[in-house]
Order: sequence, then C-alpha cells, then structure tokens
Amino acid sequence: MFTKRIIPCLDVNNGRVVKGINFLDLRDAGDPVEVGAAYGKEGADELVFLDITASSDARATKADMVRRVAETVFIPFTVGGGIRTTDDFKLILREGADKVAVNSAAIQNPELISDAAMKFGSQCVVVAIDAKRRKDGSGWTIYKNGGRVDMGIDAIEWAIEADRLGAGEILLTSMDCDGTKDGYDIELTKTVSENVSIPVIASGGAGKLEHFKEAFTEGKADAVLAASLFHYKELGIWEVKEYLDKEGISVRKN
Amino acid sequence: MIAIIDYDAGNLKSVEKALLYLGEDCIITRNKDEIYNADKVILPGVGAFGDAMDKLDSFGMTEVARKTALDGKPILGICLGLQLMFESSDEAPGRAGIGILKGKILAIPPKESYKIPHMGWNSLSVKEDSRLFKGISGNPYVYFVHSYYLQAASEADVAATTEYITHIHAAVEHGNIFACQFHPEKSGDTGLKILKNFCEV
Repeated sequence: MFTKRIIPCLDVNNGRVVKGINFLDLRDAGDPVEVGAAYGKEGADELVFLDITASSDARATKADMVRRVAETVFIPFTVGGGIRTTDDFKLILREGADKVAVNSAAIQNPELISDAAMKFGSQCVVVAIDAKRRKDGSGWTIYKNGGRVDMGIDAIEWAIEADRLGAGEILLTSMDCDGTKDGYDIELTKTVSENVSIPVIASGGAGKLEHFKEAFTEGKADAVLAASLFHYKELGIWEVKEYLDKEGISVRKN
Repeated sequence: MIAIIDYDAGNLKSVEKALLYLGEDCIITRNKDEIYNADKVILPGVGAFGDAMDKLDSFGMTEVARKTALDGKPILGICLGLQLMFESSDEAPGRAGIGILKGKILAIPPKESYKIPHMGWNSLSVKEDSRLFKGISGNPYVYFVHSYYLQAASEADVAATTEYITHIHAAVEHGNIFACQFHPEKSGDTGLKILKNFCEV
C-alpha cells in the first residue's frame, strides 16, 4: 500500500538545531544528527533540514552537517536554505542528501530548476514555495527571502511553472497559517495539488491530529511537514500515524 | 570487499555510507581490476536510462558489469541500476541496456489522482524463498522514487512486487544477479537488512 508521508522539519543554524527539543534520550538536543536519528526511530518518513546559517562559511558547515547526517540516518532527507547554484546542489547531494530545496534563487532564476533537474534528476529538486493570501482574498502570491519580499507572482501559476521546469516536488508553506496551529491552508494545498503533476508537501499550521487528516483528504497533499509540534512533543510522529491509520489513511507502520 | 561502480550516479555516497554503517569494506570505483577483484559488486543509479548507459559505456563499465554477472559474482542493481540490467527501456527507445536480465522497463501509465514519479514508501509482497528478504517478514515498507518500472520476462526472477497504478516488479533475483527498484540505502532498518543480506549471499 502506497503511503502518505509525515516529515519533521529541523531548522539549523551554524550546524545546530535551533529550536529546543523534548526528546528525553538525547545527549545533545542541538545536534542535527542525533535529532534526525531520533525522528527516524520515531517513524519519520523523511527529514527536512532547513539551514539558516548566514555566516561566510555557511556552505562548509552545511556540507559537514549533511555528511554526518548521511552516515547515521538511512531515510531520505532534504536540505534547503541558501541554495543558489547547481554547484550548491552538487555539494549537498555528493555528501549524501537525497533532495535539495530551493526557494528565492529559483524565483530569481527559474532556470536553476531545469538546470538542476537536467544534471541531477527531477527527483532531487524540491521547489519550496512561501505563499500568502492576497489582501482581497483572491488567491495567493509568493514571497522570497524567508517571507519578507512579496514577488506579486501568483502562487498557483508559480507551482505550475516549477512543475513544467522539472521540479520533483513542491514544499508548500502557507505564511498565513504558519505558527498559528489552526491547521494547514487546505484551499491553497488543494488548489496547488490539483494543478501540478508532482507530489505536494503541505506545511504551516499543524496543531492537532485532525489537521493532518484534513491536509490529506481535503487538501490532497502527498506529504505533511511540521516543525515545532514535533520538536516540543506536543504530538509524536507515531501518535499522528496511529491516528491516520485509524482514520483510513495509509501510513508506513514498520 | 564490495565494489560500487562509479559512473557519476547520484546515490553512490548513500550506498557507501549504508555499507560502512553495516561494517562492510567497500570502494567506489571505475577501475576494472578493482571491480574484478571485489567479492561483490553494486550498480547504483539515479537519473535517466539513456544518459546512464552512455556513461557506463564511456567508462567501459557496461562490459565490466556484464562480465561480473557472467562470472557468477554477486551483483546488486539499485533503482536505475536495476533498470540498466535489463534489455531496453521506454525511457530511451532503441538504446540497449546491459542486458544481463530479461524484461522490459516501461513508463508508469498516468492515472487520475496519482502523482508520477512513484515517490515515497510502499509495501512489498515478498516471495518466500527470497535471499534478499531473508529474515524480513510481512509486507515491509521501502522507499521508491521512479517513473519507469520493470516487467520481468520471467516470474521466477521476481523476488518482490508492489502496486502503484500498475503491478510493479520491485526486486529480482536470478542466480548471482540481484536488483531492487526501491532504495534499500534509504529504507530504514528494512533496507539495511536487505543490504546486509546481499553482503552475506
């Protein structure tokens, strides 16, 4: 049975997980390798590492982290944050990551998507989209630079374009819902999912079990991502999976 | 010593790291002698059939893989590596594969509400006497990423199957030749066990 994926997201700065985490059995709750491995044991289907390091040696610390994660974590993982060129892709994939997420750089230079897909295969090109509903309620526009700059580009059209250019997956974050714990933006997720041929990961807003179910059933998402909910152990990954299984949504159980 | 054939495929390092984690000696190489001297050989792969065959040819690895298989040495194809072991693929019409196994690589047919590639965890139906799946019970979940799938010519070669839009031959075993469409190096404990089983063949 093909399953829906549950993906914890780890924010990393200077090689350290930024948000605290309540895993009891960790020696070092700031080590991305230990945290990643703990999530793996807990049943995570994939991991996303979002590196927000801004220092001049950001590339090197990121590569080092990827190498160490790949030595101990044997489930797929995506690395994003500060990716600008196909050389950045190459570096991260060579160290053992499975996918690379691009956001701002792909908006500025959409050819990055097609170049990376040509060189490394679509399967490793994740286009991250930060979308926010327009003030008049008519659809969504995309933002770059971590949600600071409104590009005035329609989010659905951008998702379709990313698909056409060869993206393998869309990581779709609702800026309106992110951090609210009121649930994913179902309308946004559904609209994007129905308009692209590639998998969509819903992100932003998870607060309770029902939200995960909604993202899959109404939102037609292929995977869901959550960060603080898992970090602070408000919900465990197994708990989410057991709930979804009971609700008739297929998830990986072994 | 396990030789991982180096033809610039994307998942070389992941396969190496999984083998190291299992305590196996391994080497990423396109040196013929090193491959011929290895106890076992792995043909990894991510990407497109035609490009990969071009690269294998240009490094002289098509012949090396063929000879390894004919010599009776255990060889494991992973993902695109599985597809390359067969005769041809829909992805590159007219382009011959390594051809050490009989069967076709077909495009997964599009279907309403299904995404392509088949990307994510799917469960397997495993044949009982399989060597790759020794000690793995039930319907194990493994990680797939592919748009083309195998239809082996002989059911006897099929070690595991999965369902996604169509009936997919997910793993094969034919004498000393083994292959998985999924990524054992990314399939958690189940995947590591499959790799371990290959190492112990």
